[in-house]
Parts: sequence; C-alpha cells; structure tokens
Amino acid sequence: MSNKLIDLVHISKTYGTNTVLDNLDLYIRENEFLTLLGPSGCGKTTTLRIIGGFETPDSGQVIFDGKDITALPPNKRQLNTVFQRYALFSHMNIAENIAFGLKIKNKTKKYIDDKIRYALKLVNLDGYENRMPDSLSGGQQQRIAIARAIVNEPKVLLLDEPLGALDLKLRQDMQYELIRLKNELGITFVYVTHDQEEALTMSDTIVVMNQGYIQQIGTPETIYNEPENAFVADFIGDSNILSGIMLKDRLVNILGTPFQCVDEGFGTNTPVDVVIRPEDVNLVKPEDGMIRGIVTHLIFKGVHYEMEVMANNYEWLVHSTDMFPVGTEVGIRVVPFDIQIMNKPISEDEEAVNIEA
Amino acid sequence: MKRRRLLAGPYLFWSVSFIIIPLFLIVCYGLTKADGGFTLENAAHITTPENLKALGLSLLLAFLCTLICLVLAYPLAMILSQSSISQSSFIVLIFILPMWMNFLLRTLAWQTLLEKNGVINTFLSFLHLPQINIINTPYAIVLGMVYDFLPFMVLPIYNVLIKLDKDMINAARDLGANSAQTFVKIILPQSIPGVISGITMVFVPAMTTFVISDLLGGGKVLLIGNVIEQTFKQGSNWHLGSGLSLVLMIFVIASMGIVNKYDKGQSGGSF
Repeated sequence: MSNKLIDLVHISKTYGTNTVLDNLDLYIRENEFLTLLGPSGCGKTTTLRIIGGFETPDSGQVIFDGKDITALPPNKRQLNTVFQRYALFSHMNIAENIAFGLKIKNKTKKYIDDKIRYALKLVNLDGYENRMPDSLSGGQQQRIAIARAIVNEPKVLLLDEPLGALDLKLRQDMQYELIRLKNELGITFVYVTHDQEEALTMSDTIVVMNQGYIQQIGTPETIYNEPENAFVADFIGDSNILSGIMLKDRLVNILGTPFQCVDEGFGTNTPVDVVIRPEDVNLVKPEDGMIRGIVTHLIFKGVHYEMEVMANNYEWLVHSTDMFPVGTEVGIRVVPFDIQIMNKPISEDEEAVNIEA
Repeated sequence: MKRRRLLAGPYLFWSVSFIIIPLFLIVCYGLTKADGGFTLENAAHITTPENLKALGLSLLLAFLCTLICLVLAYPLAMILSQSSISQSSFIVLIFILPMWMNFLLRTLAWQTLLEKNGVINTFLSFLHLPQINIINTPYAIVLGMVYDFLPFMVLPIYNVLIKLDKDMINAARDLGANSAQTFVKIILPQSIPGVISGITMVFVPAMTTFVISDLLGGGKVLLIGNVIEQTFKQGSNWHLGSGLSLVLMIFVIASMGIVNKYDKGQSGGSF
C-alpha cells in the first residue's frame, strides 16, 4: 500500500484558452482504489486520459513504476481503461472482444480460451462467449468492458465514470461488484466520477477536484468529516456552511453566538467558514438550545426527516429521526466535535461554486 | 395513422408512374416477340460474341473504376473524418465543387482535354514530352468514370468514419494494438457498410453507363450500355433492347448480391 505506482508531476493541460489542469501533482499507490471526484469540467477525466495516454500534457511528467511514460503511446502502457460508454467492438462477439488484447500479444489459443472463461466467470456472465455486444444490456456490456480490460492483467485499471449510464439499482450492485473485483484481483483502480456517494462507497482515497485544482485528498471519512474548504463540504453531501469568527482556540462565533469546538491554531478573531452536517444539528426544547429557531420546512425522506429551521437569520438544514411540525419553536445544539472549521478561500478558484446536489 | 399515409401519396404516384410501370413494360417487351408471343430469344441474344465482349468489357471497366475510386476515396475519407470541422469543410467544398457542374459538361471537358491536339497534349509537346493518346480508348473511359463517380464513394465512407466511436479506437490502442492493427481490426471492419454502399453507388452507374463511353470512347469502345442504346435508337428494336436490359439488370443485382454476401461473411466474425 505504500509504493508510489503512478506519480503525476506538475501536470498542466490547456485547450485553447481553457486551462483544464494547472500544475497538478498527484501520486497513486499500489493496490489503492483512488477516486477522482468533482463536477463536470473539473479536469478529472483529462487527468485519467493523461494517465491512459490518450492526452499528452502540455507540461509535466507521468511517472509509472519509476519510469517516465509521458510520451509513451497507450498501447505501450501497462494499464487498461474501462470507458464511459463501454466502447465494445460491435463487429466482434463477446469472446473476441475479451480476446482482443491477448491476441495482439500472441498468446496461445489455450491460454486465451482459459482467460475468457475465467474473466466471464469473474463478472458473472458465463456462457456469453458467442453473444454480440448489441444484444446485451448496459450493465452486462459494462461488465464485458471490465472483463476485456482485466484479462490483460494490467497493473492499473482506469475507469471513466463506468456506471454513469446505468440506473440506480444496477449502479449500486455494480459498486459492490467493483469492490469485490478489486479485492480479488489486487490491482490498482483509478476511478473517475461526479457521484459523491459512489466515491464514498468504493474508494480508499478520494481526490476532490474543482476547476483544474485538487481541493482535498483523503480517505472517505476524512473528506466527509473534515472537509478542508467550503467547496469540498458543499460537494460531498448536504451541509450547513456558515460564516464565523474564530474568537480563540476552541471557541467560534457563529451567527452571533459563541460555540465550543475542537479546532485550534486559527489565531484570534479570524474570519472562517464553519461546516455543520445536517445530521449533527440536534433539535431540542427551546430552553435547552444554544440558539432558538422556528421550523419552516418538513419533508419525510424515508430514513429520516429533513427540516429547515430559521434561527439567527440562517436557514439551518437538519436531518433527524424526530419530527417537529412546521411552526414549532425549537432549540439547536451542536456538540463541539461536530463543528468543522475551515479557512476562508484565498483565491476565487477555491470559492465554492453552486453545485446542484 | 391514415393521414400520415396520405403524405406518401405524391411519391407513390411518382414511383408507380415512372418506376413500376416502366419496369413492367421493359419486362413485357423483353420477354415478347414483335407479334406478341412469349420468347427468351431477346435475352439470349446476349450470347452473341459482340454482346458478350461488350458485357465483359463493361464488367471489367466498372470493376477497375470501382477499385480506383475505393483506393482514392478511403484515405481521403479518413483524413476528412479526422480533421477539424473548418479544415474538412474546406476540403469537402473543393471536392464537391465539380459536382455542381452537370456531369455531361464535365465529361465533355475531358474530351477536349484529352484530344489528340487537345489542351494536355499541346502542353506536353510544348515541354517536349511524349504525347498521351488515350482518347477513344478504355483508359479514357475509366478516367472519366472515376472523375464523375468518385464523390459517391467518398461520402458514404466519410459518413461511416465520422460516426465511429472514438473511444472504440482508443480502446483498441489501450488493449495494445498499434495504429496499423487498430486500422485493420477495428476501423476497416467498422467502415464496411460505408464501403459497401460506396461500391454500390459507383459500380452500378459505371456498369450501365453509355454517355461516358460514347463521349470518351468515340464510338470505338462498345460497352453493354452502348449496345442497348443502339438497339433502341438505331435498330429501333424495343424487344431486343429490353431483353438485353433485363440481362444487365440481373448482372447488376447479382454483383450487388455477391458484395453483400461478402459483407455478411465479414461481420460474422472472421477475426
């Protein structure tokens, strides 16, 4: 888990006047499931295509296993890609599709036949050898695309939003399927998606990107619980992002009320962004709350109720299994550990953009 | 639904009047004698030595023309499909430009260019180079046919190539194929439908032409089209002309059948 397998050094890429990647540095460790996550246009797919060899960076280096492969064409790279729209060869049947890479490498017929059987079993599609790609459903085609890639025993599998075209239920099944595959094969996965839930479910490491810059790198838990800036907080799940002033270590003023927190080292009287997840906002009796508010919206979401509470001129988003009808006066409590303090963005690029959830 | 069908009315009228009835008449004329009795004699007339020679030459020249068009068109279509919109629209313009001119005029222009004392030979003798005398030979006919029919080969191939999924090509590269292997195993098989329709659109008119062979062959080279034309116009024998036309039609349909069968054999997975 410690070896750097892929190292991207100072990568920049521009299309016309549009800078897609600006001096990006990123390394990917062996056996890692790394997800590049971000809104469309954030540079995640370009990053993947640079690793795959389909794009050449304007500057910077791609180091693979200690060797510089920046100028190497895709067919000379020890990695394989699963494309967003599957890209199966429609004039070949399933067996020929899977055998493609192996035939190029002049493997024996027996080796190829064994590999086809093994790969089809791995993706739960035994017996599909003679079917044509068009006769398969989207989910099946995607699994064939994965089979076609892994028979070549790549060191790294690149996946470009592979589940994007599937419906919700199938997408969830495929997520578990991919985790299982990754564990069985022991190869490194680099996965591109704009779906935060997908990223949180599958990844060892998540790289959150926006406008060509990496916003945060971390485990799913870190990204969710300790977002480094308002963009990450907003992009990963629902959150209350408030302006606050750090009064001193472990004490922050939010909307005029001082709250205990656990963060230190921001100095005194520093303006900061404060993130509080909706499930961390506790609704109590008005007299027990740190601040008081009125419930303005109530929606039943299945697992929990989603409420909006107007308090201190801010509409708090609250997830709770307890229901408070619209118009009820409630108190709001937040335990210090659930308050996440972030520096205000320095440049406009880091400014949280409005993302439709 | 009924109203929709009504919209097909004008075309239905057109095709019945100008396609189906004439076709029916040709079959009628072709299979009857002057006195109205049934006969296969008209069609059998194809077996006379002159007619067989004309048919053979037509097949040969049409085949050559199709082959040359294919060799010229495929690379051009590939370049077009890979270049940016602004570049390709310029190339397409240059390429389509001659098509805006009536094809009879273009063929007449070739006649003038290729004449014994025509533009090309005058220029060549000015440079003290040997003259080329291909006017009134099969070479001139092939040249004229290629010039006239080339766009019909380029466009269908271009249409297929431009719609090719770029990720399919990327996938082939990704799986280890170099550019030559990617071409042979992915691009070529994927473009077969375009090649087939290109071949059809060039071979059929080349097989049946009589104007190009008339103008560039100087009446010395007889293709089956010329034989049929002469039978109708000079011989005024509609029965014999129709009979020969039927045979030609059968040859064209058979050729297309062979091409299509070859296509099916390809896509069945000979990889």
